[in-house]
Amino acid sequence: MRYIPHTEHDIQAMLAVLGVDSVEDLIRHLPENLRQNASLKLAPGLAESEITKRLTAFAEQQTGYGPEQSFLGAGAYAHLVPVVVDQIVQRAEFATAYTPYQPEVSQGTLQVIFEFQSLVASLLGLEVANASMYDGASASAEAVLMTKRILPKRSRVLIARSLHPQYRQVIQTYLDGFPGLSLVELGWDETGQLEPAALAQHLDERVCGVVVGYPNVFGVIEDIAAIGRSAQDAGALTLSVTSESVALGILKSPGELGADIAVAEGQSLGIPLSYGGPGLGLFACRSRYVRNMPGRLVGETVDQDGRNGFVLTLATREQHIRRERATSNICTNHGLCALAATVFLCLLGKQGLHELALRNVKNSHYLAEVLQQAAGVQPRFPSPFFNECVLTVPHARSVWARLKEQGVIAGLVLEDWYADLRDCLLVCATEIHTREALERFGQRLRQAVA
Amino acid sequence: MASTRPTSPGKRTMLNEPLISARGSVGRVGYALPRDDIPERDQARDLPAELCREALDDFPEVSEGEVVRHFTRLSQWNMSAATTLYPLGSCTMKYNPVVNEYMARLPGLAQLHPLTPDDQAQGALTLLAELERCLAEISGMDAISLQPAAGAQGELTGMKLIRAYHQDRATARKKVLIPASAHGTNPASAALCGYDVVQVATGSDGMLSADEVAKCTDTEVAALMVTNPNTLGLFEREILQITDVLHAHGALVYMDGANLNALMGVAKPGHMSTDVIQFNLHKTFSTPHGGGGPGAGPVGVKKILEPYLPIPRIVHKNDTYSWSDAAPQSIGRVRSFYGNFGILVRAYAYILAMGGDGLTHATRMAILNANYLRKRLESVYTLATHEPCMHECVFSDRSFQQTGIKTLDIAKRLLDYGFYAPTIYFPLVVSGALMIEPTETETKETLDEFAEALLAIAREITDQPDLLKQAPFTTPVSRLDETRAARRPVLRWSRAPDS
Repeated sequence: MRYIPHTEHDIQAMLAVLGVDSVEDLIRHLPENLRQNASLKLAPGLAESEITKRLTAFAEQQTGYGPEQSFLGAGAYAHLVPVVVDQIVQRAEFATAYTPYQPEVSQGTLQVIFEFQSLVASLLGLEVANASMYDGASASAEAVLMTKRILPKRSRVLIARSLHPQYRQVIQTYLDGFPGLSLVELGWDETGQLEPAALAQHLDERVCGVVVGYPNVFGVIEDIAAIGRSAQDAGALTLSVTSESVALGILKSPGELGADIAVAEGQSLGIPLSYGGPGLGLFACRSRYVRNMPGRLVGETVDQDGRNGFVLTLATREQHIRRERATSNICTNHGLCALAATVFLCLLGKQGLHELALRNVKNSHYLAEVLQQAAGVQPRFPSPFFNECVLTVPHARSVWARLKEQGVIAGLVLEDWYADLRDCLLVCATEIHTREALERFGQRLRQAVA
Repeated sequence: MASTRPTSPGKRTMLNEPLISARGSVGRVGYALPRDDIPERDQARDLPAELCREALDDFPEVSEGEVVRHFTRLSQWNMSAATTLYPLGSCTMKYNPVVNEYMARLPGLAQLHPLTPDDQAQGALTLLAELERCLAEISGMDAISLQPAAGAQGELTGMKLIRAYHQDRATARKKVLIPASAHGTNPASAALCGYDVVQVATGSDGMLSADEVAKCTDTEVAALMVTNPNTLGLFEREILQITDVLHAHGALVYMDGANLNALMGVAKPGHMSTDVIQFNLHKTFSTPHGGGGPGAGPVGVKKILEPYLPIPRIVHKNDTYSWSDAAPQSIGRVRSFYGNFGILVRAYAYILAMGGDGLTHATRMAILNANYLRKRLESVYTLATHEPCMHECVFSDRSFQQTGIKTLDIAKRLLDYGFYAPTIYFPLVVSGALMIEPTETETKETLDEFAEALLAIAREITDQPDLLKQAPFTTPVSRLDETRAARRPVLRWSRAPDS
């Protein structure tokens, strides 16, 4: 077996040192009935070429549709990724290390995380960011639990129904069984934003947090500042959730608008779609809440000779020290994805991220305009959006199916997620889409609705 | 060989590398967008200016070359499993096959959007369904969910399943039993599900006894969380009696599968009356640890818990795979989409490479390597227990406690010998624990070098104790001031936090 180095000679030499006759002797203390029924009915091992052949066959079963012909967003976004990102991510010194328990020989990982924390804090406009969470959805759930830790006497979280439904489901799962905390869902108004009347009606002294998408699942840019003011008046915290992080290259940051905690899905920042995972949970908050934060933190310090260096810090929040009283159970996070995002953000830098965000605005708005040339197609919500929007399309489901036959994935049939949003498509365009691809979609849509 | 390793204070030779924010120059960019062929638009009409932010002032302005140099230099400051033995106990730092990296990057897998219609994602769905079958076979469990993102999320999922099971039976059980030797994630996951944690004492042999478990078990107990082999690397001798005790009281058994590398083809958790287990694919199934993830933490369950598994589930009908949310008793979703697919692809490629016999051989060689190291060290370092070990061995600080040398000093000195340190001060039930897991992919020669290093360090304890207290000498930095880091946290590169 090519991954296991032991020759028969090695094995015999080691057994001789151990003073036993066979490897079997080392496991003879296990119950016999367990040992006798343990054989694995799996196919024999394969050579590298055979594995490649097998997996390439799987991969090729679904390449009929190039990313340019897909207008899916809805929580996962196709973006261009400079090859440098993957080159650095593949460096074995990063990829095959683990949690930096020995900081003297983990300064690479630690400095990267420190830089990541700095970039994320800046992007989200808050003082402190952690070393990453699994994804945007679980980061949202952890943030909701954190509002309860900060305001333990309060028992409710208000959550916008326009927050990505999978995020809401994950929050619900985390809350089930968590004592003394329940969710109240708030609807949207005709603009697609959180309904102010519903917010006013439910915001009271029982509420610890208000959770809202920024942009929300419809691509609509919520008024975080207004929501934040109302929440603050009621003594509640504002939690902003971004599933398309590139939007923060141009939109005002959640922190600047008054969010107390901001989380995001960082997949857009240099991480492949990879059928939805691994992604990257970004998590930031005001520094006065840092001791209530979940997850790892890296801090700057000095060594014995006064040189700057980095260590894991404030670990007394964490499970390996605090056990059942920890702020979270998270241990392994998404370190290598955080590295990818760090490299991506450094390459783009101040100017590149802004330009990328602008290109997404431009391409998606051009797409919306082109699609509206089709009969009966119009925006569902008359609000500014970033790179995806909801369009009312007559007979949306059958139009979508017709386009699929022609090799175009016309976004998401929104009724699948919201029964009350019939005949709506959620479509997305990013910098990967050329003018030709956008116009071809428009042309196909015109034909399909005709 | 060990004799060529530095044994005295050396010179730190690594180049300094400032923060990326200290590099660069105003206006520099390391990225270019493709040509913009879309007609000019009024940007302010598309996105009103009042919604737009000021420039990201904290962001770097660097060229592509500067980025490559910065991160390549930083990478050189890491020890890693690719560059040296990384014997972190409980982490299974085995070789990460390179071909798996290529497989996860196949465009049809890496560029697949998660909302791609099921009929156009049959390759990915088939792969996932096959991985589920493999994990069920290896563990002896009935059904698998690949959704959890990491071991701890697998634990959380497993405990949610147990909670849902009891709720369906209208039994309000409030307690979860957890041995003192367990990972911190166990009590943290149980607490996150609203359970009270009851710690069960482990015996002086490091084992859990059925009698001790029975003493703690009543009808208030929802489950026992047990790691087998446990964190001392011991197979729980009374596991079958222990699981009987729990089941006799209507409670369930959660097995932490962190140490599954010791069991493949040797004993199946499902045959130990385990009701639910999580798999750490980044441990047993060779996916890279990434400096702290991403991993993957699928769960396996017995039939009684299957209705509660997270949605969506993979279903197979008319020769076609699809995702289904139709599971009314499900605990719901624990993350977005389907799981850490890229990691699942790597684990599947590993299982294909190994086959059933290869996995069985891996476990046996992991056990052989751990026992060999244990034997080579036991005359000088004090074993935590004399019970036979499985895939890892644990020593205490008893042999050197009197000298004023601490386990931490031994760990730091090992870095000078070119090895990463074992897990230290865990499990908590062992004084000054040194927990060593070599894995099956290390050669006898490497184990010998590592043993020689630890034996040389043991001699230094008597001959040159100050050397140990000052170590490491050969690393990019010396020991770091952790107290200062925690007392006045500096967590980002800009101004001091908060105003």
